Amino acid sequence: MDHTNSFRFFNRGPSPAVRLAFFTSLSLLLMFVDARYQYLESARSVISLLTYPFQRLAATPGDMWQATDDFLTLHNNLIRDNNLLRRQRTADAGQLQQVQMLKTENDHLRQLLAVQQRVSYPSQLAEIAYVERDIFKRRLYLDKGAQANVQAGQVVMDDTGVVGQITRVYPWVSEVTLISDKDHAVPVQSLRNGLRTVVFGSGDTTELALRYVPNSADIKAGDVLVTSGIDGIYPSGLPVAKVEHIEHDPAYPFARIRCSPVAGVDKYRQLLILSGIPKLPEQPDTTQDVSADKVPKGKRKKP
Amino acid sequence: MSNFPKDQEFLLPASNLFIALSLVAALLLNWLPWQGIWLALRPDFVALVLLYWCTHKPYRLGIGIAWGVGIFADVANASVFGQHALAYTVLAFGGVVLYRRVQMFDLRQQTLQIFPIMLLTYVTYAVVHWQLHGYIAWSYFIGCLTSTALWIPLTLLLQTLRHPRSDPDRL
Repeated sequence: MDHTNSFRFFNRGPSPAVRLAFFTSLSLLLMFVDARYQYLESARSVISLLTYPFQRLAATPGDMWQATDDFLTLHNNLIRDNNLLRRQRTADAGQLQQVQMLKTENDHLRQLLAVQQRVSYPSQLAEIAYVERDIFKRRLYLDKGAQANVQAGQVVMDDTGVVGQITRVYPWVSEVTLISDKDHAVPVQSLRNGLRTVVFGSGDTTELALRYVPNSADIKAGDVLVTSGIDGIYPSGLPVAKVEHIEHDPAYPFARIRCSPVAGVDKYRQLLILSGIPKLPEQPDTTQDVSADKVPKGKRKKP
Repeated sequence: MSNFPKDQEFLLPASNLFIALSLVAALLLNWLPWQGIWLALRPDFVALVLLYWCTHKPYRLGIGIAWGVGIFADVANASVFGQHALAYTVLAFGGVVLYRRVQMFDLRQQTLQIFPIMLLTYVTYAVVHWQLHGYIAWSYFIGCLTSTALWIPLTLLLQTLRHPRSDPDRL
């Protein structure tokens, strides 16, 4: 210890206890305001401009490791992957052409029946900039933000299914809450029989849970759950999860159902952001009519 | 006392730049892409560096700066505003109040002294999270142990960096 600063005889402002009380109350106030209201989002974006370069810098070792890994990929692996992909593409091409035909046919039929047309969703590719460093949460950050027209509420998916949803947008990055986050819920329906329900995250990347499904409901292990598109946040028909295990306990009114996510929630680096949230007709005002109980379920809780 | 020689070492007065750089380095270490089990094992470098400066230079870096650093950590981690700030405030208070006591001991004993402060910081953070979200991830507390274990290496590192460059005894 050096003594350059040790001899000061005079008062140095408030005592530590006073400072502790001041900054504690300030933190508590900020927490209260931030958790209850949305006033601080702009302050957050401004401060994020300061922290962003440092966060990028911290992510560079990982990126460099990835780049080296890519560079050193064996020639053999490349040839094998290439062949595999080419074969797959040929196999898919046939189906794709049929899909085109089916789509026009479907559009035509829908037109005949005067049902609203399904919209297709433009998407943009984004790369994972960094993952959450907070053990409590399941989030990640994509390298596209408000500058690339990303909006909160958009759906993020990989080539196999839904990965999560954009919950916060900064100028250059956006935050994705994964479907496995504990606070996250997705309205889904079973592909086999159209049973509607809601799938919840469990805080673990490999597990999702179906809650509030009655014991008598027709659901089996192996059922694929796709988004139902009911709440107007998720487009319908995107695969979300597969039922793994069902436990019927007569003591509880609901079955305990474990699912696994279809998408590689923690696997890939490139993800798709679906833009264009489906527009639904305005929800009727239910405050007047008590008997109306069809409130859209599975509204996302505030993070 | 046998551990006095530590105090007789001559260390360069810590410049503000050095303190700032050490904090930035700690933030960068915290922001590395830790994942899975490594995330649970990750020591809180920022808390350690703050605690080092609070116990060694309590008049230079105190509760106010710790709070400010906490706000940055909050933005970068997308936690609720004030969550890290509150935890680091408690940490800095512990450091500032106990700095004379911590400096009396040698490094090994210091570790025992700072463990309660670290634990209190971790508990503060976890309690806030529990109040807001209703659950606690217990693996989070492993980080408290690794942080405490890192106290000796970190103190040695920072002390070494604060040594005068040229040693007149050694040519």
